[in-house]
Amino acid sequence: MAEAPRARLHFTGRAGLAQLIAALAAAGYRVVGPRMRDYAIVYEEIENVAELPVGWTDQQEAGYYRLARNHKETFFDFNLGPQSWKKFLHPPSLRLLAAERSGDGFRLAEQDEPPTRYALLGVRACELAAIRVQDRVLLGDQYIEPHYQARRRNIFIVAVQCSRAAPTCFCASLGTGPRIEGGFDLALTELREGFLVQAGSGLGAAMLEKIEHSPASEQHCREAEQLIAAVEAQIVRRLDTRDIARRLYEAGEHPHWEVVARRCLACGNCTMVCPTCFCTTVEDTSNVRGDRAERWRRWDSCFTEAFSYIHGGSVRMSVKSRYRQWLTHKLAAWLDQFDMFGCVGCGRCIVWCPAKIDLTEEVKQLLAAPA
Amino acid sequence: MSSVTSDVMRPVRARVVSVVKETRDTFTLAVTPADGESWEAFQPGQFNMLYVFGVGELPISISGDPEERERLVYTVRSVGQATHALVSRRPGETIGVRGPFGAGWPLGAARGKDVLVVAGGIGLAPLRPLIYHVLRYRDDYVRLLVLYGARSPGDLLYRKQLAEWSRAPDTQVLVTVDYGGLSWRGHVGVVTTLLRHVRLHVGRTVAYICGPEVMMRYVIRLLEARGLAPTDIYLSMERNMKCGAGFCGHCQLGPYFVCKDGPVFSYQQMRPWLDRYEV
Amino acid sequence: MQATPLTEVLKEHPFLEGFKPEHIQKMAELALEVQFGRDQIIFREGQESGLFFLILSGRIALEVSAPGRILRVQTLGPGEELGWSSVLGEGGKHFQARSLETVRALAFEGSRLRQACDQDPSFGYALMRRLLKVVAERLQATRMQLLDVYAPRAAKLI
Repeated sequence: MAEAPRARLHFTGRAGLAQLIAALAAAGYRVVGPRMRDYAIVYEEIENVAELPVGWTDQQEAGYYRLARNHKETFFDFNLGPQSWKKFLHPPSLRLLAAERSGDGFRLAEQDEPPTRYALLGVRACELAAIRVQDRVLLGDQYIEPHYQARRRNIFIVAVQCSRAAPTCFCASLGTGPRIEGGFDLALTELREGFLVQAGSGLGAAMLEKIEHSPASEQHCREAEQLIAAVEAQIVRRLDTRDIARRLYEAGEHPHWEVVARRCLACGNCTMVCPTCFCTTVEDTSNVRGDRAERWRRWDSCFTEAFSYIHGGSVRMSVKSRYRQWLTHKLAAWLDQFDMFGCVGCGRCIVWCPAKIDLTEEVKQLLAAPA
Repeated sequence: MSSVTSDVMRPVRARVVSVVKETRDTFTLAVTPADGESWEAFQPGQFNMLYVFGVGELPISISGDPEERERLVYTVRSVGQATHALVSRRPGETIGVRGPFGAGWPLGAARGKDVLVVAGGIGLAPLRPLIYHVLRYRDDYVRLLVLYGARSPGDLLYRKQLAEWSRAPDTQVLVTVDYGGLSWRGHVGVVTTLLRHVRLHVGRTVAYICGPEVMMRYVIRLLEARGLAPTDIYLSMERNMKCGAGFCGHCQLGPYFVCKDGPVFSYQQMRPWLDRYEV
Repeated sequence: MQATPLTEVLKEHPFLEGFKPEHIQKMAELALEVQFGRDQIIFREGQESGLFFLILSGRIALEVSAPGRILRVQTLGPGEELGWSSVLGEGGKHFQARSLETVRALAFEGSRLRQACDQDPSFGYALMRRLLKVVAERLQATRMQLLDVYAPRAAKLI
């Protein structure tokens, strides 16, 4: 929990979570949160607490993800799955426009109705940071991305404090966790007998009034602080970000890129699971009669050969150049573009890479003198 | 049309007014607004995203007169499915227009100095609005030098205008082709060979370059050898674009988005990136 | 009207920029003023032409013939050189050279230039250095022509 004076921290019993979900639904939100599907924890619609991964935890390493029972009654004793909240804010597939042939050419159909109002349940510290990063890219630059804006405006964020760190987590190196700092409407820390609750906005405070709560006791606060300290101690992976942008640019011709390239399959998993990757492509389709056309936006990955295609060839033909593009963008170019890193240290790219490529390791090699 | 608050991803309808064949594969389209308003002003060097119903969108540089608000003009080379669809539009048909996008040619940089325009192939199209501007505000600039190269005489654009421009005061227009036939009695050789035939006043010249990337690299090397500073050289870059507004991520070149930080860059900006391969 | 002495004309030609006065004098002694009318063939492909030219005015085209066409691959103008291979003295010309308009030039016999180089190595060194630069520039320009940068599809690297 952000270090708030104890006066602003509240406590709710285990039943409070069910009350919260009901209150959010009653307020017109569609609640989405962690659920088990196909042996992974993903983000889907939640209608009651029983649908959460109660008593489940995860085991993660480079190229490795498994779920296991923890033999407790916990709601949130796991870290991150392959999905991130960009699934709702920056959807994988979105219709940009529809057009119909008309006498003098074509007419654009009216805009679709406003999107669903989501309540995101279970947003971790690194994920709050990732949302901040996408806010900067899609709302805070020269143009505003209207679809992201429409979705972003209407969401309710319930953050959850991580109670454990996976070996692949390195949020501490990027300053994005494990402690939740802000950017939420409500924040929960799961304790033995309930939850520590903090409101982070007027919207959150109003929702808090709809569930049973009492002021947090000193014991509750101590339990939470011990929990956070334990999580911090569990983080093992580190990324030295000092002067990393300049050093990565200068390492553009380092021989180690060839080494990584031999392992990288250019499968694009890392970009799909990464919570800050925002690249998209567009697809234009028409019906068989040719009188109605649609334009769809889909997630894209800089790892594809077609990504940089111009004039009968791609600029980045080799896998080496594409891996270099992705890594340099995340940790160097993003800083020049948006005054922040593109990486939040969530570790998903390390877990979901079939070749077990670990960006913290690769960066170490690239910034070391060539052998 | 587009502004920070309106939906920059939604096209405005435009009516095709004329399609003129420039060369065997290159056409110039002129479009007017289909729904009433006049066009937003554009800066020379900017581009629009042009939408052909059911086919898709393309980034195309604006190549008309920046002070003409009734029509937007584009010179398009037909090289694939989308460009072919665009140049096949007939007068009266509708296309979609988004933009204008991008950073244009810095016109003030050359005030009181010589303007050196070096164009290769279709690269003359994004430079034409700059030339129009310089000729209209002739007293703001000293000499105008236009060096233009194309593949063969049949690929030269705007031949009549090139002749007109060469007759303007204090203006020199040199044209070359990579391969000439018997009826071509002008220069033959790559566009860099034209640089030998002009006198450049170092410190008093600003260069504006557009063409294939390889050609621009070689031209810049020669200009640097002649003493021009990287801050006196501007070039227009090109990358894959899907949105034109900095969201799709495709047009990145090093730390830059070609669609919003460019397409026009100073050589000072491009210098660390231009000689690197596959960036 | 007083004709400009050859040394003054040579001093102005970019090919001899930076040459020492005694070397310019040597060139002046070997120079022959020539003039070609419009559409004159200066040398033909395969011809063992022994002449090296410094062009003073007018434009010359290098042409090569292939079945069904004659291609103009380069033009050379005032301030440029023609026939550098004559200084080396090996083999015939690879192209045909034709004047596109009236051309005034200074011509040098390749064999006499080589003789002057043998007799005065410092002159030889200066001449060869400058010739190397000319050839390097031509090679660079030719490579760029090979890239065919204006082709509608970029060639795929094999």
